[in-house]
Amino acid sequence: MNNAYRIALAGNPNTGKSTLFNALTGLRQHTGNWAGKTVSVAQGSLQHKGNHYDLIDLPGTYSLFSNSADETVARNYIVFEKPDITLVVLDATSMERNLNLALQVLEMTKNVIICINLIDAAEKQGIKINEHLLTRQLGVPVIKVSARNKLGFPKLLDTIDRIITRAIECNPVPTIYDEEIEEKISRLEPKVKELWKDGPSSRWVSLRLLDGDEDLMREMEKRMGREENDESSRVMD
Amino acid sequence: MMNLQGLWTEAREQSSTEMRDEIVHRLYERSRKLCAAGVKYPEKKDVRTERIDAILTSPVLGFPIMLLMLGAVFYITIAGANIPSSLLADFFGSLEGPLENLFVYLHIPDWIYGILVAGLYRGTTWVISVMLPPMAIFFPVFALLENYGYLPRVAFNLDRIFKSAGAHGKQSLTMAMGFGCNAAAVLSTRIIESPRERMLAILTNNFVPCNGRWGTLILLSSLFMASHFTGGFKSLITTLVIIGLVMFGIVITFLVSWILSKTALKGVPTHYTLELPPYRRPKIFDTVIRSSLTKSWAVLMRAVKVAAPAAILTWIAGNIYIGDASVLQHVAQFLDPFGRLLGLDGYILMAFILGLPANEIVLPILLMGYLSTGSLTEAGSMAELKNILSEHGWTWLTALNMMLFSLLHYPCGTTLINIYKETKSKKWTFMAFLIPTVIAVIVPLMTTFAAKAFGWV
Amino acid sequence: MRESKMTLADAEKGDVIKISSLGLDGVMRRRLLDLGFVPGALVEAVRKSPLGDPMAFKVSQAVIALRKEESSKIEGELFNDE
Ligand SMILES: Nc1nc2c(ncn2[C@@H]2O[C@H](COP(=O)(O)OP(=O)(O)O)[C@@H](O)[C@H]2O)c(=O)[nH]1
Ligand SMILES: [Mg+2]
Repeated sequence: MNNAYRIALAGNPNTGKSTLFNALTGLRQHTGNWAGKTVSVAQGSLQHKGNHYDLIDLPGTYSLFSNSADETVARNYIVFEKPDITLVVLDATSMERNLNLALQVLEMTKNVIICINLIDAAEKQGIKINEHLLTRQLGVPVIKVSARNKLGFPKLLDTIDRIITRAIECNPVPTIYDEEIEEKISRLEPKVKELWKDGPSSRWVSLRLLDGDEDLMREMEKRMGREENDESSRVMD
Repeated sequence: MMNLQGLWTEAREQSSTEMRDEIVHRLYERSRKLCAAGVKYPEKKDVRTERIDAILTSPVLGFPIMLLMLGAVFYITIAGANIPSSLLADFFGSLEGPLENLFVYLHIPDWIYGILVAGLYRGTTWVISVMLPPMAIFFPVFALLENYGYLPRVAFNLDRIFKSAGAHGKQSLTMAMGFGCNAAAVLSTRIIESPRERMLAILTNNFVPCNGRWGTLILLSSLFMASHFTGGFKSLITTLVIIGLVMFGIVITFLVSWILSKTALKGVPTHYTLELPPYRRPKIFDTVIRSSLTKSWAVLMRAVKVAAPAAILTWIAGNIYIGDASVLQHVAQFLDPFGRLLGLDGYILMAFILGLPANEIVLPILLMGYLSTGSLTEAGSMAELKNILSEHGWTWLTALNMMLFSLLHYPCGTTLINIYKETKSKKWTFMAFLIPTVIAVIVPLMTTFAAKAFGWV
Repeated sequence: MRESKMTLADAEKGDVIKISSLGLDGVMRRRLLDLGFVPGALVEAVRKSPLGDPMAFKVSQAVIALRKEESSKIEGELFNDE
């Protein structure tokens, strides 16, 4: 039997990740309309077209720059556990802030599906979303669903299947920064790659180095488990 | 080859605050452009959430509504659990006769009957009849409120008070989780960004009575505080007593937070952001089923798993004699003087000690303790229960003190384990045990002293 | 007409403010940026908590409550004409 593919559910708090997780896996993860309902990783399984999938419900996070322990749980999973597909769940009624996280995930990994949830609520408010345009501009599949009403699932499952079987390829369109930043990235990137070949995307790590994400560096150091262990306390000041 | 530190330092030198802002800014700019191109918004704004918030967080109505909601949830739980609880107790009680006959018929020795029926069966069915109904009602009612989006509003309303106690506004969210289960609530403190305030939330969470203690609190207050009333009014008085108790727990929470933030956990309140999501109508059926069935079931199973061995142990201790008293009696006698000081007795303290693994089993253990010595041998219905307690010298003061001790005492074993896992500190885990315990001793000491001084009992 | 340069803490219900700068550092700066309090963004003061603080702001289509300590360090210009 082949191993299960792992699909991580990422997204801002309160976008319906747990609801989607429950709907897809039949499991009963508790939901709540407040930021912080899910604080640890939950796993459930799903079968589609003969493939096994493990779905991973993560705590909500506003960005990949984690501020609290629950966000760190989510960040670490997305960044270091390398799921086969990262499903970024967006709130259709608050696309702007939600896309911010999606763009960050796209910088970090390739196989991403953008899942615009709460589409029922958005439509009720008269918000119209052109997912084809977003698909083109982001370079990855964008799918509208309503986790609560179980709408849009066939398309979602189909897309998952087509990514796994390589029938479609994700080519995230990168966010381009100003010249100065881009130049610094290009100088850092090869060194990052040399340092940790199988690590997270080198462009993304370079950006975080420039960002000054201490917590992430600490985590990387731990995971690289290299000789500099004894000096690790010195890095951060 | 360069190491991570080297790279870090190199990047540090090249970076600046402006550059960091620029990175975030660029992402937002792109988000905005994507939205401008791909999302069409209506002319009219959705004002439903704003309208509701104008009421639920209004300067005049905000706090009364909060109190009312709390009261409503408790009242529904208490009034609703009343009948199923006694039905369950009667049902399980009525099975004891046939069970006994069966054991006699099969020629099973008395001591096995004792362990299995008087110990295991009675202990676990007590847990079920006292704990299950309130849980099965509380969890779904609370889940509806939670899924609708009311909790962040509570945190919004109360933040100022938490801040003046040196704590984090999101502590109210973790406290709300505590009503369900303190062990889970300790995990939920992960949402609090600053370690200091998170520790405050962990150390004080226990002052919110979890579901495992509700059964005890409801039962005692309806037996001893609301005993002169009947029907819906009885539930109302019981609710008021419970609300008073919960409020007292909240006051203690603020007090302890305040003292800690002036001493061992000194520091200024750190930053805080709280999202107020739009109200969303939950899928009522799904939410109710999920929370009442699965959650109650899970919590109950945990309780029964602990109750079973504890019940057997208690029965054995009650039936092994050293001299002319059972082991149980010896222990109870040993604890008795101290218990009396607190307006309790040795059996009550013993029940709390044996109840460390789970609060659900405190009351059943206590009853088994009493039953193993008293003249009564059966605790079928709720009415008989009061007789058993009264026979052991209980007054309303005993009930009050037991409720206070239950509210304030050390967290259950599971919670302590979670505290250790989350804080990774033996010292703080011990503090999480010690602080409530000291308070749980002082408060009943004071009420007992006051009651005696004023001649109330 | 009120002076147009102000901090978010000075805002009254209904005011729309265009953020010009954040006077905060470190983690909080980052968190605010992540939430959409970026220079150039429009922020609307939605309501005050019953006790006067914190205050809720609408920023990039979400409502976020901030305490005075932080909101007083976010500067901007009044965008709405009264
Ligand atoms: N109207 C609507 N509400 C939803 C939908 N999905 C989730 N919700 C609600 O959004 C809230 C947050 O859901 P939850 O799954 O806990 O979000 P999470 O924090 O991302 O895990 C809950 O109140 C859900 O009932 C949806 O598709 N439509
Ligand atoms: Mg969740």
